Amino acid sequence: MRKHPISFTVNGDLQELFVEPRKTLLAVIRDTIGLTGTKEGCSTGDCGACTVIVDGEPVTSCMMLGVSANGKEVTTIEGISNPGELHPVQQAFLEKGGYQCGFCTPGFIMAAKALLDDNPDIPEDEMRHALGGNICRCTGYTKIIEAVLSAAETMRANA
Amino acid sequence: MRNFEFFEPKTIGEASSLLVQYGGEAELLGGGTDLIIGMKDRTVTPKYVISLEKVPGMEGITYDDTNGLWVGAMTKMRALERSSIVRERYTALAEGAEEVGSIQIRNLATLGGNIAHGSPAADTAAALLVLDAQVNIADGNGERTVPIADFYLGPGQTVLQAGEILTGFSMPPRSAKSGSQYLKHKIRQVMDLAFVGVATSVSLSNGTVADTKIGLAAVAPKPIRATNAEAIITGNSVSDNLLQQAAGAAAAQSSPISDLRCTAEHRREIVAALTKETAMTAVARAQV
Ligand SMILES: Cc1cc2nc3c(=O)[nH]c(=O)nc-3n(C[C@H](O)[C@H](O)[C@H](O)COP(=O)(O)OP(=O)(O)OC[C@H]3O[C@@H](n4cnc5c(N)ncnc54)[C@H](O)[C@@H]3O)c2cc1C
Ligand code: FES
Ligand code: FES
Repeated sequence: MRKHPISFTVNGDLQELFVEPRKTLLAVIRDTIGLTGTKEGCSTGDCGACTVIVDGEPVTSCMMLGVSANGKEVTTIEGISNPGELHPVQQAFLEKGGYQCGFCTPGFIMAAKALLDDNPDIPEDEMRHALGGNICRCTGYTKIIEAVLSAAETMRANA
Repeated sequence: MRNFEFFEPKTIGEASSLLVQYGGEAELLGGGTDLIIGMKDRTVTPKYVISLEKVPGMEGITYDDTNGLWVGAMTKMRALERSSIVRERYTALAEGAEEVGSIQIRNLATLGGNIAHGSPAADTAAALLVLDAQVNIADGNGERTVPIADFYLGPGQTVLQAGEILTGFSMPPRSAKSGSQYLKHKIRQVMDLAFVGVATSVSLSNGTVADTKIGLAAVAPKPIRATNAEAIITGNSVSDNLLQQAAGAAAAQSSPISDLRCTAEHRREIVAALTKETAMTAVARAQV
């Protein structure tokens, strides 16, 4: 099957690739580019482990074709920290212990980052609802919510 | 996923020609959140996938007081729920859009895909029914318009003919004295398919309900209007007793199935409860 030339940025780096149309964006990120921070949980759009940010909005990368990323800006978990300094959401997950096995963590962090970039003042109930597309099988969510609340505080202070 | 050829036509005409050329072996791609699921579990195995993303003029929301609202087929659910005009005047549609999946899904899922997929449980269908939506369809040679009530034929089946593309939805302007609501019964608050979805829209005049529309999702082979319930409310002033009657009529007009998640009898009870609740809310919203 004909591969398609695509050109897009991942974490600011230009990627010029030939991809099979059937490869999801998730597969392109992990297998072709080799950035394995983004996880595959369900592969049916239900768990949020594969969340990345495309043109500023969070999407489930298992539900998007790689060829559809052509011309777009993609940010993955590898692209949100500065050298020597974690993103406030990453820092908060670390401090609050917002993870156990860690498999859901990159997806949660990307979804929370997108949410707080949009509105760092979001009320807790709305924040919980907005993170409903991310599933964790370990923590029971309490520490995750604490982490996101704490990150929101930091991001408000930095704004 | 089986492999396929991928096309990104730049016009409706080009997309339509490809559809005609490849017939049953081609699928259109909107946001992909239904299609990619189907391709992954191989219930859909197209040899040709035709993306609509590069066709100009298919995404966006426009409004004016004369023509009302237009929503392009490629408009994302997230854009609908964020649109202030949709929230204010076409509230049930914003609420329907907001019920779809998660934020991550709604950043991909399009309104056109939700309807073209033909699911009787589609979360925007009941709202489009009660907001009088017209479905705009084009094939590159011409355009036609079909009322949303006539668009569905049955589960997964629509009036779209070979080579036809759903381009958008038009909804008439709504008076200041109108209101609407969509409610979805589900178990999990996020990411659950509707057990039952009900939308009601009303417009008021001199203290009575001048117009009522009630749309039901997931309780018949296709989304339907509860016309008997509408007739009970229209022309009257709202009372508990009246709404109770209308709720019963809506339940009677539904034809739900029993499945693993819920019995038909229970679904009927939910239709009644949601009909009453959405009608009360729609009236309250029309009054402000
Ligand atoms: C995890 C998850 C949760 C979901 N939750 C919900 C939910 O709660 N409620 C709900 O209603 N849905 C839900 N869905 C289903 C889906 O997200 C919606 O139906 C969505 O709106 C489909 O739009 P799309 O653009 O992604 O469609 P696509 O998958 O791109 O297309 C769907 C079908 O319509 C056809 N099509 C698309 N656009 C057009 C067009 N313009 N003209 C003609 N044909 C077209 C395609 O060929 C395909 O057959 C969920 C899906 C997932 C993966
Ligand atoms: S892997 Fe994409 S949502 Fe679960
Ligand atoms: S920490 Fe294990 S799934 Fe969330």
